[in-house]
Amino acid sequence: MGEHDDTVNYPSLRTRAIESLLVEKGILASDAVDRVVSTYEEDIGPLNGARVVARAWSDGEYKTRLLENATGAIAELGISGMQGENMVALENTSEVHNVVVCTLCSCYPWPVLGLPPYWYKSPEYRARVVVEPRAVLEELGLELDDSQELRVWDSSADIRYMVLPERPAGTDDLSEEELTELVTRDSMIGVARAGTS
Amino acid sequence: MARAHDIGGLKGLGRVEMEQDEPVFHSEWERRVFGITMATLGKGLFNIEQFRSGVEEIPIVPYLESSYYERWIATLERNLIRAGVVSEDEIDARTTELSHRPETEVGRREEPEFCEMLLGAIHGGMSPERELDAPKGFEIGDRVVASGTEVLTHTRLPRYVRGKTGVVVRLDKAFVFPESNAAGDGENPEWCYCVRFEAEDVWGPNAENAAPVYVDVWESYLVAA
Repeated sequence: MGEHDDTVNYPSLRTRAIESLLVEKGILASDAVDRVVSTYEEDIGPLNGARVVARAWSDGEYKTRLLENATGAIAELGISGMQGENMVALENTSEVHNVVVCTLCSCYPWPVLGLPPYWYKSPEYRARVVVEPRAVLEELGLELDDSQELRVWDSSADIRYMVLPERPAGTDDLSEEELTELVTRDSMIGVARAGTS
Repeated sequence: MARAHDIGGLKGLGRVEMEQDEPVFHSEWERRVFGITMATLGKGLFNIEQFRSGVEEIPIVPYLESSYYERWIATLERNLIRAGVVSEDEIDARTTELSHRPETEVGRREEPEFCEMLLGAIHGGMSPERELDAPKGFEIGDRVVASGTEVLTHTRLPRYVRGKTGVVVRLDKAFVFPESNAAGDGENPEWCYCVRFEAEDVWGPNAENAAPVYVDVWESYLVAA
């Protein structure tokens, strides 16, 4: 889809109508709107989660803390915030593969992954991944081994989940920083493996 | 019966389409809708449950046909109107004015203190965890049945597990109860649990391609099996 320049379509007009009325009534702070938007466009995104994963791959004790108390372990790296107050990390292994969804809306761990991509919020993903997860993962390019147990996690309350993907083979010599580059957003949702684009 | 958003397990939907190199927002109005929502939530004009409930009130056909942030516009409007700060007539009239003079600039006002408070909440979090004296009703390993009662207002119990049996696998904190908070009846926190439901218990004998589903559930949604 990319970026649209669409100042005269209905949602744009409606949004500008609401914004201008709220400003005139002294209710809306324009600077707050600007700052919130730039925070999620520029500061908070999946690089945060990638740092958490790379640390867990590099430091076994950190990984243990992450799996026992994800919120605290993530905060050790200076990462916290709204929609990440109560985190649980799910470890993907050769035996178990976890995938995350919010069937009811779009709950997602903002501090580690940023705002969710469109497909994660789509009715197609939300409806289908709980009932035919292997088919959905195959469509998205992830073929699981038949022997892997698949688990689907529906973020229906106030826990926010991130997946700790399996460390790719042949990466023993990589530094933590180099490992960070292998960790994709999709691997932390559970619809891809790390080290693949 | 369920509202339009409660679509886990719904058949007939197509492929999941991923967009390569997707931007955070697809247009300027999406940026503004997101920011206005966060700023008015931050002002306490409505709460997160009321915001979600406003999305769920969209009838299913427009729900499925509208884009994600179009649904946000719908609930933002509903909630601002309910908060009494703006009327639908005012929004309609201003939309018409802007359609005739699209070059009109939206005004600006600044509130540096509120701005800092809101950014502090974004970076520091605002947990829905609450103190609760009542003992937990369930332990890990307990077999539980999810409520089968129809709820036509805001609920966080997905339809696909209603009346189904599962096992408690994780004890969570006490969180604000959404049904109560959405109705404006207070936070009334309850203990929360993660419950594992086996695929065949949820989807029946045709579930060979399914997998266990873990659903996070407030205590009053559960009874002992």
